[in-house]
Amino acid sequence: MLIPGFLVRGKVRRDHGGEGFRASDIGAATARVLLCLGEMGAEYELVPVDFFTREQKSPHHLARNAFGLVPVLEDGDLLLFESRAIARYVLRKYKSSGPDLVREGSLEESAMVDLWLEVEAQQYEKGILPIFFQIMVVPVLYGGVPDEKLVADGVEKLVKVLDVYEARLSQSKHLAVDFVSLADLSHVPFAHYIMATPCASLFQSRPHAKAWWDSLASRPACKKVTAALLT
Amino acid sequence: MGSVTVYGPPISTAVSRVLACLQEKDVDFKLVNVDMAKGQHKSPDYLKLQPFGQVPAFQDEHATLFESRAICRYICDKYANRGNQSLLGRSGGGPAERAQVEQWLEAESQSFNPPSSVLVFQLAFAPRMGLPQDPAAIELNQAKLARVLDVYERRLGESRFLAGDEFSLADLAHLPNAHHIFAARKDDMFASRKNVARWWEEISTRPSWKKVVDMYSAAPPA
Repeated sequence: MLIPGFLVRGKVRRDHGGEGFRASDIGAATARVLLCLGEMGAEYELVPVDFFTREQKSPHHLARNAFGLVPVLEDGDLLLFESRAIARYVLRKYKSSGPDLVREGSLEESAMVDLWLEVEAQQYEKGILPIFFQIMVVPVLYGGVPDEKLVADGVEKLVKVLDVYEARLSQSKHLAVDFVSLADLSHVPFAHYIMATPCASLFQSRPHAKAWWDSLASRPACKKVTAALLT
Repeated sequence: MGSVTVYGPPISTAVSRVLACLQEKDVDFKLVNVDMAKGQHKSPDYLKLQPFGQVPAFQDEHATLFESRAICRYICDKYANRGNQSLLGRSGGGPAERAQVEQWLEAESQSFNPPSSVLVFQLAFAPRMGLPQDPAAIELNQAKLARVLDVYERRLGESRFLAGDEFSLADLAHLPNAHHIFAARKDDMFASRKNVARWWEEISTRPSWKKVVDMYSAAPPA
């Protein structure tokens, strides 16, 4: 079955002093979208937006996303930004081509997907992003040292989140429902990054969270996309 | 109709986001106060409803939910045929129209909410709680919010509401935080942007929102 291609404009980093970034590296939000496209077997073209030359603030890009952020999805005449909104659109549009990741056939199940996707955006990302930024970006991109207080604050938030997840995942195979959903997949990019830091132990020390992560990471679509993430 | 219960003080921004949606959808509900000053939100009973110990929590005959934006989506879904039926896009609008609402709902959540939440706490709640304000945090977040409102100003020059010509959940989601910033008389950045000012006037004078604001001054239910 031919699925018309989407055009995704996503963050691609260029080589910076020989170490760390590769031309094919994509950012977490872009990865979130590519993961969903991959799960649905949808074809897409990834167009780099060069953050080193501030292309994201060029008039050309601002016309697509006035916030100057990535990713942006182009599907025919439709332009969309915000990775979780793009993900919902893609999964809804191609729901017959892949697993049911939004569960819209059931009022209660789709509510659970929405709920745990909100938790990912409101709670999980707030804890994990500063850890990622301080440990992985500051030294490489800015030649600086991680701000230990910001890391510690992030860890404190993430611990609270993972404790809730540990309890939840002892009741349910995945966060929203027993089957994998968008709520689970949305966690993958930052979780992948964190696994390359000492904070991996936060997941590894929680048996249900560890098993959940292992099963997500082993999905073919996840393996393909995380291979292109910075490690 | 099933029994809808919302847990939390109505003045909480996240609680009032849910109340605004219930009012738009014309859905009856019971509001049960959660006395946060007394730590009720961290009680074992409450944590069964909301494991992060935050407000709101929501219950009906089918589900126990939390996270205000997820609750709003559920209300729109469950009561698809009641009240305002275009909150997630018009029924004939198709996936593109729905996607526009999703996009601006995420923009509220990811771009508008972080700086405006800090300002709401600093300007509206800290004084009420007898806590000192942090001028640096206020200045930083006013600057961040100004950049977001610049984007909104351009958008609202080409569209009546954020996602299109109809009021949607994306606009509704902004009501609580913006309300408190206005109430603290720090609304210059809204008032000085012509299109944003016009949009705010329209959305904040909706009868459904007025009903929520009226609840702020009513005595908390037992």
